[in-house]
Amino acid sequence: MASAQAAGGGAPPAAPKSRRSVTGTRRAVAALFLLPALVLLGALVVYPIGYSVFRSFYDQSGDGFAGFDNYQALFTDDGIRTALKNNVIWVVFAPTVATALGLIFAVLTERVRWGTAFKLVVFMPMAISMLAAGIIFRLVYDQDPDKGVANAVWVGVHDTFAQASAFPKAHPGRESPLEAAPGGGFITKATVSAGTPVSLPLVGVAPDQMPDDAQRAVQAKADPSEITGTTWQDFTRGKGVGTLGGVDASELGYAGMKIEAVKDGKVVAATNAADDGTFTLPAAAEGAQLRLPPDNFKEPYNGVDWLGPSLVTPSIIASYIWMWAGFAMVLIAAGLAGIPRDLLEAARVDGANEWQVFRRVTVPLLAPVLAVVTVTLMINVLKVFDLVFIIAPGSSQDDANVLALELYRKGFSEDQPGIASAIAVFLLLLVIPVMWFNIRRLRREVRR
Amino acid sequence: MSKESLGSRLASFVSGGLVRVFLIVVGLFWLVPTIGLLLSSLRPPEEMTVSGWWEVFSKPSELTFESYDKLLGNSDITDSILNTVLITVPATVLVVVIGSLAGYAFAWMEFPGRDWWFLAVVGLLVVPVQVALIPIAELFGNIGIFGSLIGVILFHVGFGLPFAVFLLRNFFAEIPRELLEAARLDGAGELRLFFRVVMPLGGPAIAALGIFQFLWVWNDMLVALIFTDADSQPITVALQTQVRQFGNNIDILAPGAFISMVIPLVVFFAFQRQFVSGVMAGAVK
Repeated sequence: MASAQAAGGGAPPAAPKSRRSVTGTRRAVAALFLLPALVLLGALVVYPIGYSVFRSFYDQSGDGFAGFDNYQALFTDDGIRTALKNNVIWVVFAPTVATALGLIFAVLTERVRWGTAFKLVVFMPMAISMLAAGIIFRLVYDQDPDKGVANAVWVGVHDTFAQASAFPKAHPGRESPLEAAPGGGFITKATVSAGTPVSLPLVGVAPDQMPDDAQRAVQAKADPSEITGTTWQDFTRGKGVGTLGGVDASELGYAGMKIEAVKDGKVVAATNAADDGTFTLPAAAEGAQLRLPPDNFKEPYNGVDWLGPSLVTPSIIASYIWMWAGFAMVLIAAGLAGIPRDLLEAARVDGANEWQVFRRVTVPLLAPVLAVVTVTLMINVLKVFDLVFIIAPGSSQDDANVLALELYRKGFSEDQPGIASAIAVFLLLLVIPVMWFNIRRLRREVRR
Repeated sequence: MSKESLGSRLASFVSGGLVRVFLIVVGLFWLVPTIGLLLSSLRPPEEMTVSGWWEVFSKPSELTFESYDKLLGNSDITDSILNTVLITVPATVLVVVIGSLAGYAFAWMEFPGRDWWFLAVVGLLVVPVQVALIPIAELFGNIGIFGSLIGVILFHVGFGLPFAVFLLRNFFAEIPRELLEAARLDGAGELRLFFRVVMPLGGPAIAALGIFQFLWVWNDMLVALIFTDADSQPITVALQTQVRQFGNNIDILAPGAFISMVIPLVVFFAFQRQFVSGVMAGAVK
C-alpha cells in the first residue's frame, strides 16, 4: 500500500485505490489500447445479441412484425420440441456423468504410479476436433459387427451366452420331403421307419455361412434297429440341385443341425447331425415325423442399433463424455491436490474406511470445484452441435436433434431466420444466470 | 504409522489390484476408438468396406499408406489444410495482440468506468457463438466478406477476445508495480513498456491463451461451415461434406480426420502444461 500511495504522487490519501495508472497514462492512450478489442467485441458479439433479439420478433422475411410467434414456434414445432427434449437429456446426463467419471478417475489415479500416463490418455480427446471425434465414433458405432467395434464386442459377449444358429436362410427346395412346421422350422410330410434311411435336404445357406466343420454329406446306411438319415445342403454350385433329393459329391452336410422325432405332437427323441450330415435316432422314433426345430434357422444376433432412433442420443452423449471427462478429471485433480493430506489422514486414523473418507471428506471439500466443472459442462452442452451433426446418420438425425443443430437448420437450410433467432435468444437466456454469477464473482475480485 | 493387520494389508492389496484393473480397462476404452481410426486409415480401402480394423492384427502386412497418398493428391483436401492454417494463425495472433493491449489497459491504466467495462467483457465470456451466426452472416453479406477467410478470422477473433481479455488482465494485474515504475522511470514510453516489459512478463498466460485459441480455431467446424465457401473452407468443413456418404468413403474420412488431428495432438503433447492452465482459467467459457 505504501508504494501505491507513493506512486500516486499528489493523490489524496483518503481514497486508496488498489491499482492505478502507472504514473500518468493519458486517457487517449488508454482508449487506443482498448479500441481494437472494444470495436471487435461490439461489432461481433454485442451487436449480434441485440440484433438477434430484434430479429426474433420479426417474421421469416424480416419485413413484418411477428410478436411472439417465433417464440411460440419453440413449443409447437415438432423439430424444435424434439430438440428441446434432447437438450434436457443432454444437460441432465452429460455433465453429471462426465463430472462423476472425472472425480472417480482423479481420485483413483492418485493411487497408481502411472497415473500421469492415464490422465494423458483420458485428457487427449480434448485436443482434437469434434469432427474428428465424430468420425471416430461413427466407426465405433457401425451397425455391422464385422466393422463397428462396439457391436463386435457386444455380439461377442452375447454369443458366448446364447448359441448362434448356423442355418438362418435354409429352406426346403423343390419336391422336398419337408414342409413348414406349424410352430416354425420344418417337418417331414411322411413318417419314418427303421431300416429306411431318411433324407432331409434343404437349400439356401450361403457357402460362406456354412459351419466350418461341415463335411461332404454322406448317404446314411440303413439299420433295421434304428432310424438313420442325412440332412444336407442339396445344392451344387453351378449345377443346381444335382440329383434332386440325392447326395451329390460336392454337397455338404448340415453339421450340428438339430433333429427331433415328433409323435402326436410330442418329441420322443432328438439328436444333432454329425459333420457329414448323418444322424441316428433310437427305434422309439419308429412311426414319428422328423422335425427340424426353428432354433436351427434363427437369424444370427446382429448387435445393437446404436445410431437408431431410440439409442442415438445416448450414444452421442457417450462420445461427448469420452471427449470431456478428461476436462473434469484435470480440474478435479487440481482441486484434489489442494486438499491438505492431514485431513484425509486424520479421518483414516479415526477409523474411517476409504469409502467414508471419500464420501465424507474428499467430496465435500471438492464441492466448489465439482460445481464449477458441472456448470461449465452444462454451458458447453447447450451448444453441442458438431457431434450430433456428424455422428447421427441422416435417417436418425431428426431423433438426435438438439437446439444448436435446429438453429443451424432453421437459419441456414430452411430459411427461417426469425425462428432461428428465437432459438438463439432462448440459448442466451439459459446462460444468463452463469453470466451473472461470473460477473458477481469477479466484481469482488476487481474491487479487492 | 500404526501396525496394520494382515487382513487389512491383504484387503488393500486386493483393492489396489482392482483399481489397476479398472484404470487399465478405462484406459482401453479411451484409447481403442482413436487406435481404430488410425488403423482404419492405414488399411487398403477395399478391405475397409468388408471387415473391421482389428483384422490388421492377423495380417499386419496389409498396412498401407495408399489412402494417405490418394488423399494428399486431392487438391480440395490439401487446399483446405492450407486454409485451416491461414485461418488459425492470424486468428490466434490477433487475439493475443488485441487481447494483451486491452488486458494491459484494464490492469494498469486509469479511465472512467474501467471496472465496469471489464465486467461487461467478462459477461460476454459465456455468450454462445450460435447467437451471432445469423446477425454476422447478414452483416458480412452486406459488407461483402461472407465466404472469405477474413470473415471467419474476424468471427474467431471476436469470440476469442472475452476470454483473452479476462485471462490476460488477471495475469497482468499480478505484475509487481515496481517493475513497471522502474521501466517508466528509465524513460520507457507506453508502447515500449508494453512490448518490452508487460508482454515478456505475461509469457505464461500468453502461451496458455495462444494454445487454447489455436486449438479452438483449428478444431472449429460450425463457424467455418457457415462463413466459408468452397475456396476458403478449412479441413473440418471439407471432411464434413464427405460424412453424408459415410461407409463408402472411409478411405477419405479416416486419413482426413487423422491428418486434422495431427497438429492439435502435437501441440497438446508439446505444451501440455500451458494447455492445462489455459483450460483451467477457461473453466467459465
